[in-house]
Amino acid sequence: MDFLRPASWEEALAAKAEHPTAVPIAGGTDVMVEINFDHRRPDVLLDLNRIGELQEWEVGEETVRLGASVPYTRIIERLRGELPGLALAGHTVGSPQIRNRGSVGGNLGAASPAGDSHPALLAAGAEVEAVSVRGTRMIPVEEFYTGVKRNCLEADELIRAVHIKKADGPQQFSKVGTRNAMVIAVCAFGLALHPETRTVKTGIGSAAPTPIRARAAEEFLNAALEEAGLWDNGRIIPPSVARQFAELVSGAANPIDDVRGSAAYRRHALGVMARRTLGWTWDEYRGNERSARCA
Amino acid sequence: MAQSTSSVITLNVNGEKRTLPVDHRTTLLDALRERLDLTGTKKGCDQGQCGACTVLIDGRRAVSCLQLAVAAEGREITTIEGLADGDQLHPVQQAFLDLDGFQCGYCTPGQICSALAVIEEHAAGWPSAATTDVRPEAGVPPLTADEIRERMSGNLCRCGAYVSIVQAVARAAGVETAQAAPALPQQGRTEEGTAA
Ligand SMILES: Cc1cc2nc3c(=O)[nH]c(=O)nc-3n(C[C@H](O)[C@H](O)[C@H](O)COP(=O)(O)OP(=O)(O)OC[C@H]3O[C@@H](n4cnc5c(N)ncnc54)[C@H](O)[C@@H]3O)c2cc1C
Ligand code: FES
Ligand code: FES
Repeated sequence: MDFLRPASWEEALAAKAEHPTAVPIAGGTDVMVEINFDHRRPDVLLDLNRIGELQEWEVGEETVRLGASVPYTRIIERLRGELPGLALAGHTVGSPQIRNRGSVGGNLGAASPAGDSHPALLAAGAEVEAVSVRGTRMIPVEEFYTGVKRNCLEADELIRAVHIKKADGPQQFSKVGTRNAMVIAVCAFGLALHPETRTVKTGIGSAAPTPIRARAAEEFLNAALEEAGLWDNGRIIPPSVARQFAELVSGAANPIDDVRGSAAYRRHALGVMARRTLGWTWDEYRGNERSARCA
Repeated sequence: MAQSTSSVITLNVNGEKRTLPVDHRTTLLDALRERLDLTGTKKGCDQGQCGACTVLIDGRRAVSCLQLAVAAEGREITTIEGLADGDQLHPVQQAFLDLDGFQCGYCTPGQICSALAVIEEHAAGWPSAATTDVRPEAGVPPLTADEIRERMSGNLCRCGAYVSIVQAVARAAGVETAQAAPALPQQGRTEEGTAA
């Protein structure tokens, strides 16, 4: 196995163009498990750890440009105000040691349907900055996942960063696992309220071949909130609306039976998580609205 | 470019420079144990799940089984062998000894390296997943037993010495042990964390 350690981003892109089968390694928390257990025998490994800009982020007007290798620990510590959903999801990844190394770029590269970043990225709204010597593509995260552990990166492309919408309202993430630390999600759900556009966005993990948004559920809820004027009057969401939303979220999933849980259990759990996260975020939104009006 | 499968690297371990040839697949854990005779760092699972191989890399805790030795070149690596100052144990080591923070001791080097980082991370204001209010303005809660358990959750102990491990970490952190680690089994357990 050849080992390449480019010292700059340009060098990394050139190396990837020259060795399209080279496997990039960021935190290594996915790649190394595969190598240690001989599930993968890359002929070339491309170490991205010397490239400083992949470890950095920029907070812009509307988005955060998050370098591909920024570890979860940093996101939790430094970006939980701008990216609360992703910070909450990051909190549930592996263990503190894994969070010190594991990154969103790696989570996207692995594209596991169980990756915890994905529901948060889908709910917040995000684009993947994919770069090669040929140029740069901005890929909406919805289109990035193409199958179980597959994404739409070309062989010569690397992820430079993820552009994530800064939160304009409350966000939540919820995950069902068999215990708190170090579990792969049985299923996971992310929800973000976007008061500026008066929309709600969702992300479902581990309950379909790829991470997905529950679009029918979003559309139903957007219409129901609008119709009852709830964004303005800040009243509670009627239980019938929350229930219908939860059912539509369950219905959006296309889960399988596996060792971690049955399809029926996953569907049920998703409905419960959808109802709870909607309750939590809406309470927070109403609280903010109330204090804004009192001020 | 010629394909090569090994390199000669220089690792900076416990303040000492050690030069050795390694196959590119060699993990830092195997390099430490098999090549540098630093067998304090243990291998439990080789897949990042047990924490027995935890070391400090540039001051941050990391599992050495998921780190390639070649990629560790140029970094400062601290293992359990590097903590004591001569015969003077590190305060975290002393606390584990004083409070029996182990049974067989296999997980202990990893627990101690992790504990060191826990105390520093907490002092630096990092929140944990047990921190219920993670808003930046909420600040960091005291190092309670729940906080310690969550922050140490990357280190498993097959002997189940957790009660004393939590006490040892609390002692080393200078937290009131009574508050941090109530005598668990005797007390009626209460349901924690019912969602509001
Ligand atoms: C014990 C343990 C527990 C875990 N628990 C969780 C969990 O709870 N939730 C979860 O989501 N994940 C979990 N994981 C998986 C892993 O930690 C995450 O997927 C993490 O986000 C991977 O990031 P990384 O930087 O370590 O990726 P790496 O292992 O370095 O890379 C992962 C993949 O992405 C590719 N890649 C990396 N960077 C780039 C780039 N810039 N451009 C293109 N491709 C790239 C790599 O080639 C590889 O295919 C766990 C892993 C372990 C070992
Ligand atoms: S041996 Fe590294 S975490 Fe278990
Ligand atoms: S003391 Fe035996 S594994 Fe922890």
